[in-house]
Amino acid sequence: MRPVTLAVVVLVPASLALAVAFGSVDLAPSQLGDALLGRGDEIVREIVWGVRAPRALAGFACGALLALAGTLLQVLLRNPLADPAILGVSGGAAAGALAAMLAGAAAAAVNVSALAGGSVAAGAVFAFSLGRSGWNPYRVLLTGVALASGFGALVGLMLAIAPSSQVQGMLFWLLGDLSPAGDPTAALLALAVCSALAFSQSAALDVLILGEDKARALGVAVARLQSLAFGCATLATVAAVLLGGTIGFVGLVVPHLLRLSGVHRHAALLPLAACLGGSLLALADTLARTIAAPAELPVGVLTAMIGVPVLLLLLARLR
Amino acid sequence: MLRTSRLALSAGGRELVRRLDLSLAPGECWSLLGRNGAGKTSLILALAGLRAPQSGAVALDGVPLPAIGRRELARRIAVLLQDEDSDFWGSVLDYVMLGRFPRSKSAWSRDGEGAALARRWLAELDLADRETQAYRTLSGGERQRARIAQVLVQDADILLLDEPLQHLDLRHQAQVMGTLSACAAGGKTVLAALHEPGHAARHCGFSVLLYDAGRASLGRSSDMLTQANLEALYQCRLEAAGAWSFLPS
Repeated sequence: MRPVTLAVVVLVPASLALAVAFGSVDLAPSQLGDALLGRGDEIVREIVWGVRAPRALAGFACGALLALAGTLLQVLLRNPLADPAILGVSGGAAAGALAAMLAGAAAAAVNVSALAGGSVAAGAVFAFSLGRSGWNPYRVLLTGVALASGFGALVGLMLAIAPSSQVQGMLFWLLGDLSPAGDPTAALLALAVCSALAFSQSAALDVLILGEDKARALGVAVARLQSLAFGCATLATVAAVLLGGTIGFVGLVVPHLLRLSGVHRHAALLPLAACLGGSLLALADTLARTIAAPAELPVGVLTAMIGVPVLLLLLARLR
Repeated sequence: MLRTSRLALSAGGRELVRRLDLSLAPGECWSLLGRNGAGKTSLILALAGLRAPQSGAVALDGVPLPAIGRRELARRIAVLLQDEDSDFWGSVLDYVMLGRFPRSKSAWSRDGEGAALARRWLAELDLADRETQAYRTLSGGERQRARIAQVLVQDADILLLDEPLQHLDLRHQAQVMGTLSACAAGGKTVLAALHEPGHAARHCGFSVLLYDAGRASLGRSSDMLTQANLEALYQCRLEAAGAWSFLPS
């Protein structure tokens, strides 16, 4: 087993364990152990099973979905800068969510509105990019970037006119925040579906790196593969954004970290990206919850603060 | 048997091929000659089923190409494209093994036969010691040979090659032409777009000459590759270069 594979395999349980062990309330190891076994104090059990475990899983699911989407988009768009935000889906979801917040809607309605915004953006990208001869990656890129900046303007306008009491909540949403995440079941389900679909196409994705014509010549149904992978990336992005807002950097950096460590086959890259993205976000969220406890920082800030130096360090070492 | 009937191709409003009837049979090695922009690449893409023709059809053993599934077609026809925008990060062997995609059963089954074939072709093309090297770090000519090895491990009956000799030095030009004509002698069908009539005359029994404005002529290389034909084809005067014309023996 490669060292990087081993590291990621160890990191997954370690990050989830840390996310459950630490929080704004200090728990002794014996209390933790009892609670995990379903014994001991009821409040401690509720903290561990009712609060921290779902939050850890939500962070993991969110990070894994973003990393998976980023990996797929970087191949599909043949662009190393591609990340989940490039589809405009995050921007659409942000505009939807903020509009609902501005209207004073409840949390559930904010999610529905975010889903609607994200779907509008995804629909537009699909409509403009899917021609008779298949997908046009340049159109995906241009449509996505145009939509993202359009939604960005709307978001800016809403921030400017929102009453100051609402602005902080909006900013947390935009920076990426897992505190309102709630039940991660739906996101974990989306993660299972997206991972399985993407993984089933891993050999074809390897061939797609050679270009569309060569992939066709080698027997890949390119348009079908692209539709499937774009669909997967969109679903993953929407599920992640609904859970944690627009968390940046995980989707961009995680695939590069793995590629720079020598992982390039998608059969390994996709599952490792999901695991690494998930663990990193679970860890970042643990830090976000504890670093200034009882206050919580938006986790998106931490992913950027950790991700930027890590990538720069790796780039410097591999020069 | 790969056969075109009344094939017409055009690009950017220019007529490249008009009513071409071409039959490529097993055991035949064809060269495809023509000026830059004459339509050699377009013809190869159409023969491979990668571009739909303006009119006419290409059929493999009597079945029109669009009626054959992509994967099945890739087991029958292998194509070397002229360029490839490749960002491949893996080793040379990994790169060559991508040619096994149409023959792989699942992502998890180990393709021992394919790996043996890949090593054999890498050795034949002087790349045996580059197997574990990163593909990105190869020189232009080495990359070209790795690309040819990838086409060969596909193990298809029909090989279509767009400028297989580009970037290659004299030794490796002769090596690649020798390999291709050996494939044809072994029962495969080979068609290669070339710019060197000398290689075409020595290794290819048949030639297609693509003239301007959609005109083409085809036949045995010994009949086609005359000085008069080549002067008309390339639109320039030619003379025997004497002592400066070398072909590896």
